[in-house]
Amino acid sequence: MKKICKTVPKNRRLFGKIMRGTITIDTEFCKGCEYCIEFCPKKVIHLSEKLNVKGYYFAELKENEENGCTGCATCAISCPEAAIEVYRE
Amino acid sequence: MNKELMNGTSAIAESAIQAGCKYYFGYPITPQNELPEYMSRRLPKVDGVFLQAESELSAINMVLGASAAGARVMTSSSSPGISLKQEAISYMAAQELPAVIVNIMRGGPGLGHIAFSQADYFQSTRGGGHGDYRTIVLAPCTVQEMADMTFNSFDLADTYRTPVILLGDGMLGQMMEPVVIPTAKNKSPPRRDYAVTGAKGREQRVIKSFFVEGKDLKEHNWKLFRKYKKIEQNEVRYETYLLDDAEMAVVAYGTAARIAKGAINRLRKEDEGLRIGMIIPKTLWPFPSRVIKETSRYISDFFVFELCTGQMIDDVRLSLEGSGHIHFYGRPGSVVPTPSELARIMARHYYQSQRKKKK
Amino acid sequence: MKKIYSRPKSLSKVPFHHCPGCGHSIIHRLIAELLDEMDLQERAICTPPPGCSVFAYNYINIDMVEAPHGRGAAVATGIKRVRPDCLVFTYQGDGDLAAIGTAETLHAANRGEFITAIFVNNAVYAMTGGQMAPTTLLGQKTTTSPYGRNPQSEGEPIKMSELLSTFKGTSYIERVAVNNPKNIKKAKKAIQKAFQHQIDKTGFTLVEILSPCPVNWKMDPLQSCKWIDEVMIKEFPLGVKKEIK
Repeated sequence: MKKICKTVPKNRRLFGKIMRGTITIDTEFCKGCEYCIEFCPKKVIHLSEKLNVKGYYFAELKENEENGCTGCATCAISCPEAAIEVYRE
Repeated sequence: MNKELMNGTSAIAESAIQAGCKYYFGYPITPQNELPEYMSRRLPKVDGVFLQAESELSAINMVLGASAAGARVMTSSSSPGISLKQEAISYMAAQELPAVIVNIMRGGPGLGHIAFSQADYFQSTRGGGHGDYRTIVLAPCTVQEMADMTFNSFDLADTYRTPVILLGDGMLGQMMEPVVIPTAKNKSPPRRDYAVTGAKGREQRVIKSFFVEGKDLKEHNWKLFRKYKKIEQNEVRYETYLLDDAEMAVVAYGTAARIAKGAINRLRKEDEGLRIGMIIPKTLWPFPSRVIKETSRYISDFFVFELCTGQMIDDVRLSLEGSGHIHFYGRPGSVVPTPSELARIMARHYYQSQRKKKK
Repeated sequence: MKKIYSRPKSLSKVPFHHCPGCGHSIIHRLIAELLDEMDLQERAICTPPPGCSVFAYNYINIDMVEAPHGRGAAVATGIKRVRPDCLVFTYQGDGDLAAIGTAETLHAANRGEFITAIFVNNAVYAMTGGQMAPTTLLGQKTTTSPYGRNPQSEGEPIKMSELLSTFKGTSYIERVAVNNPKNIKKAKKAIQKAFQHQIDKTGFTLVEILSPCPVNWKMDPLQSCKWIDEVMIKEFPLGVKKEIK
């Protein structure tokens, strides 16, 4: 069977170098379900104090934690709204 | 095709295949079993698909899917089975999907009887399922007509993108008569740019009947309404028989019309020659109201004969709008009157109407 | 920085109407990802049912035919028989597939129709307001089992995956869940295998997906995911129930 499923390796530390990554969250698509916050291994996401148009407190990267994200994409995998884009070095 | 001796159900099946129907989903129920049996023998030979479903309800939903996928498709059943199909027929009317549904009527209501009746008239002509919709209803009188009407029903269904019901009965279904099965000149089915085929190089196609916005459904209801008005203008079919000098007009369809024709012929041959004619609706929806209304200008007495306790009589009454006198004779319960028996009954109504005229 | 994940192409740019944390959204996304990765977007046809997922056609950009409630397997059968080269899959809830549509489902499986059933099990009739479904757990309170489902009068939760795995016509059946990233990855793998089995014409395939329904379970999204782990999976064990090699 064609191996197509992009499973993301658990350990993002390759050859001793810490992987860097970041994410963008579409604030209007987010419904504040907090899955990404719960399942992010680095705990770098939180709910914003601001509301989106629909009245949800949307999720966003914590200010001082941008470099904490390793681009592991676990948040995107758990996001029901497909609102998260993941970037990696 | 040359003339063959076939029973009604087989004639329908072969005629459907000749019309290019490659897909049939059915379920056993007397008195139409020969139709799926015939299809199960023939369709594999013309690389078609015959599938006996787990219920009539499932079969009609397979018809819905096959029609949505762009196929000429048919199902058949008998009264109780047709009741099970009503929900999906309503969906197909709403989704504007063409299909041919054959009802070989049997005695009803409930389990009723395995022979024949005309007791599904309302169910067929008033939509039968939920919501504002109608289906075209064709009423054959002979095995030849069963073949011809089936053949044309696929074009009707495609032209108007709507389900078409062929309303036979157990007598016609089981009766064998010589028939010439029509053959199609060009077999290629019409272009169906609504059909789901996989959105290759085009926009997605969605066949649905749910409208979350009320105003959208309102528009859709009126769109369907306009379609039904168009059908009413263009697709009314009927026959008249010895109406010109008639004093009384019989209104009957299907097997009832054949029995009535025999009765009329007998009465006309008798010494004092009762002058009775007949109007035979060939489409029960759209109903031939105009010809009945026009006939009432020179004939005041109408004799409605049905093989049930009276359903088409309502449409006759609606057509006449009070301008004629209606006599009714119903014979439910699959007990067929012979032509001479019916002739005596008609004669009694005829003399009754003559006496009233003399007063 | 290289972008390694974004919204799948087959998913239209429209926010889902589902409730926050709803499993339907995740499943729609997984299906769209697979349609992209397996290059099936131009050959796929789905039969969305009446229910929370009725608007699947607004989100997944493929040909679709709305099936009457419970009749997905029959409509899909009709489509597949006419379009054997298309990937045909039904998308059904637990009421749709295991209550009103039981006969259609069982017989499509028994005939070995080359279709895939995406069976979303959230233990309630969600769109209609959270009534009891065939998969409602014992003791679970719903709007029509207010005192908790009682086996004496309402029977036990129906295990469709196990039931269908006894049918010769089925070739791949797995029960998965979408209540955490690990399970979501497994769920995607399962749907991908089911689609592949359909393409390889091995038989009827079904993926039962335990899906959170926070609003009707009266929990917040994360609690509903936890409830699936702590309670639901005990009644509906995950895993492959049938696989023809």
